[in-house]
Amino acid sequence: MKTLEELKKIRDEARKNINVRNNNPNDIKVLIGMATCGIAAGARQVMKEFINQVDKKNIRNVTITQTDCAGSCEYEPRVEIIFPGNEKATYVNITPEKVSRIIDEHIINGNIVKEYTIGWNN
Amino acid sequence: MYRSNILVCGGTGCTSSGSEKIISKLWKEIKIRGLEQEVNVIKTGCFGLCSLGPIMIVYPEGSFYSMVQVDDIAEIVEEHLLKGRVVKRLLYKETLDGEKIKSLNETAFYSKQKRIVLKNCGLINPESIDEYIAMDGYCALGRVLGKMSPRDVIEEIKMSDLRGRGGGGFPTGVKWELTAKSEAEQKYVCCNADEGDPGAFMDRAILEGDPHSVIESMAIAGYAIGANKGFIYVRAEYPIAVKRLNIAIEQARNYGLLGQDIFSSGFNFDIDLRLGAGAFVCGEETALMSSISGKRGEPRPRPPYPAVKGLFDCPTLLNNVETYANIPQIILKGASWFNSIGTEKSKGTKVFALGGKINHTGLVEVPMGTTLREIVEEIGGGIPNGKKFKAAQTGGPSGGCISIENIDIPIDYDNLLSIGSMMGSGGLIVMDQDTCMVDIAKFFLEFTVDESCGKCVPCRIGTKRLLEILNKITSGNGTIEDIDKMEKLCYYIKSNSLCGLGQTAPNPVLSTLKCFRNEYEMHVNKKKCEAGVCKSLLRYEIIEGKCKGCTLCARNCPVSAISGFVGMPHEIDSDKCIKCGICMQKCKFDAIIKH
Ligand SMILES: Cc1cc2nc3c(=O)[nH]c(=O)nc-3n(C[C@H](O)[C@H](O)[C@H](O)COP(=O)(O)O)c2cc1C
Ligand code: SF4
Ligand code: SF4
Repeated sequence: MKTLEELKKIRDEARKNINVRNNNPNDIKVLIGMATCGIAAGARQVMKEFINQVDKKNIRNVTITQTDCAGSCEYEPRVEIIFPGNEKATYVNITPEKVSRIIDEHIINGNIVKEYTIGWNN
Repeated sequence: MYRSNILVCGGTGCTSSGSEKIISKLWKEIKIRGLEQEVNVIKTGCFGLCSLGPIMIVYPEGSFYSMVQVDDIAEIVEEHLLKGRVVKRLLYKETLDGEKIKSLNETAFYSKQKRIVLKNCGLINPESIDEYIAMDGYCALGRVLGKMSPRDVIEEIKMSDLRGRGGGGFPTGVKWELTAKSEAEQKYVCCNADEGDPGAFMDRAILEGDPHSVIESMAIAGYAIGANKGFIYVRAEYPIAVKRLNIAIEQARNYGLLGQDIFSSGFNFDIDLRLGAGAFVCGEETALMSSISGKRGEPRPRPPYPAVKGLFDCPTLLNNVETYANIPQIILKGASWFNSIGTEKSKGTKVFALGGKINHTGLVEVPMGTTLREIVEEIGGGIPNGKKFKAAQTGGPSGGCISIENIDIPIDYDNLLSIGSMMGSGGLIVMDQDTCMVDIAKFFLEFTVDESCGKCVPCRIGTKRLLEILNKITSGNGTIEDIDKMEKLCYYIKSNSLCGLGQTAPNPVLSTLKCFRNEYEMHVNKKKCEAGVCKSLLRYEIIEGKCKGCTLCARNCPVSAISGFVGMPHEIDSDKCIKCGICMQKCKFDAIIKH
């Protein structure tokens, strides 16, 4: 170890792996419907894609977890995004291909992707 | 990136209740469901709630599962990790508030605690230096070497008012200053991880849960006093701690945080382990250094103090594990932060190992000045089976008891001394109404008689005589003169022994005499042990009117001390009776009493 900067680099890299233990209330929460209906509709792939993209784009303030069935199984895979302060948006019939846009437009820039939300098509 | 982390306690307590098996089963179930890229399992140090082990905590939710069995793992992985449904039946009950799940910090056990030295225990993988660094580890060392002079470091520690956690409470900064002032080519930094007090395991928990905090701190101390070599003296009975220390030292060397020219400052420092065989006296500083240098672990007279002439006759700084674990925090957050916590003369926190008759046995860290009542009733969850609090022992075999009258005194170094006990290293044994205080004094004295190194007469022979008198009293042969004789002998041993072991060995007797003299007198005058512990003073008796003559007791007595015909009242032959109590447990008519 030569410098404090070198140490800080290791620290920032290592924090990525333990961030999830902070239980930080200021994190943006990504909740993916992961009941039997969700899994059958492909929710696992959607979750994996979220994890990959968040990792790749180096976004720190996001917690990805699962949530239960909401009772309208035809809308699965369903993804809820909650910003601190409880502003919640629900996306329905999400596929891995749609994940990137949600992250870029909503999570990074704060604009809900209206086309993917419930009721947009009908 | 992992979306979820499962932290499983890998401290000594949970390891013995099976956490290793749980970890391998977790990985198996995780792989079956293809979650291994998303969920990570981490083995940590102690969470503190040892009585509820094995313990695991699942993040990001922070769900706290207690008493987890291997058979529960498949359900936890399927429901919680795959589907996101917390398995409520396995949660620690205190975190359940109706339908709501509270966080751990809101539970009675944790809410009154303040974690400084245990802050990483149960939160990081102690075998990963990166995780320690992620929690600002080695930042304090970097700051010290980059921006502070040795003088600055000592001033900061002095200003913090940190006092030694090994028992005596000597001001740490002053000790550092004295050692720094000793001029010598070679100096040493030593860490006392002997932890000989029976019932204490704070230091073990720190070494198992956060070994780097001690290593970082010893390097800081080395810089401050001008030493380039450190030794950690740890007992061989702590295999997990030894293993993790070895891993941690190796990792620190690989990162150049130990070794030559650390942080390009020109400062060199390295650490070696020395294993002790577990003799209590080897925790005494001069005996410890004698043992490290390969000689018999026997104390020698002081002065010269180790700051002048210690290990290999060189100036040596010795601090306790918990003392060291405070240092990086003090450097990072400042002396004024640290000394804003605690009481006027005792700053910061103290870790206690809670044991004995208490619901939550385990490890707690509280600000100095917390009362015994808060620790026992709130954090510790009270006394089991509705029994009443009688006393608590602090300081182990060197300490004394705190009786109910003093349960509301703020615990710090000076208050404990003023009521005839002492802080000690942090063992805290709770006793209920069924405890005989004479028996307790005897227990600790048996320990010191065994552990006395034998070098000086007052301790070697004095403690033996003391124990003999105690045995006489508990077997019903004591006289009132014996009590006075015992008291005199105590003061004699205290003032004439060479080292702290002998000087403090009579404390358990003196303090129980002070608070519970009537119990000693009862044993002597009435030949009675009210708690029903001292067997020689016990009598089992069958109440004629209640006995139905069912013969159950007679059939179960291991020494055939009970006689009687079927349907007729039975009788116990007290000469034969070995007071095992089986008959009383067996009798369905409550016809047998002890007194
Ligand atoms: C018999 C005896 C046993 C001791 N055992 C320990 C021990 O296990 N751990 C410890 O840190 N200090 C123990 N001490 C105290 C040490 O001698 C020494 O004061 C202490 O390690 C200094 O560190 P501190 O200033 O950080 O408390 C013991 C003292 C005596 C007399
Ligand atoms: S007081 Fe006891 S332990 Fe200490 S030197 Fe004397 S005999 Fe040994
Ligand atoms: S206490 Fe034990 S030894 Fe004594 S009478 Fe009862 S069963 Fe027999």
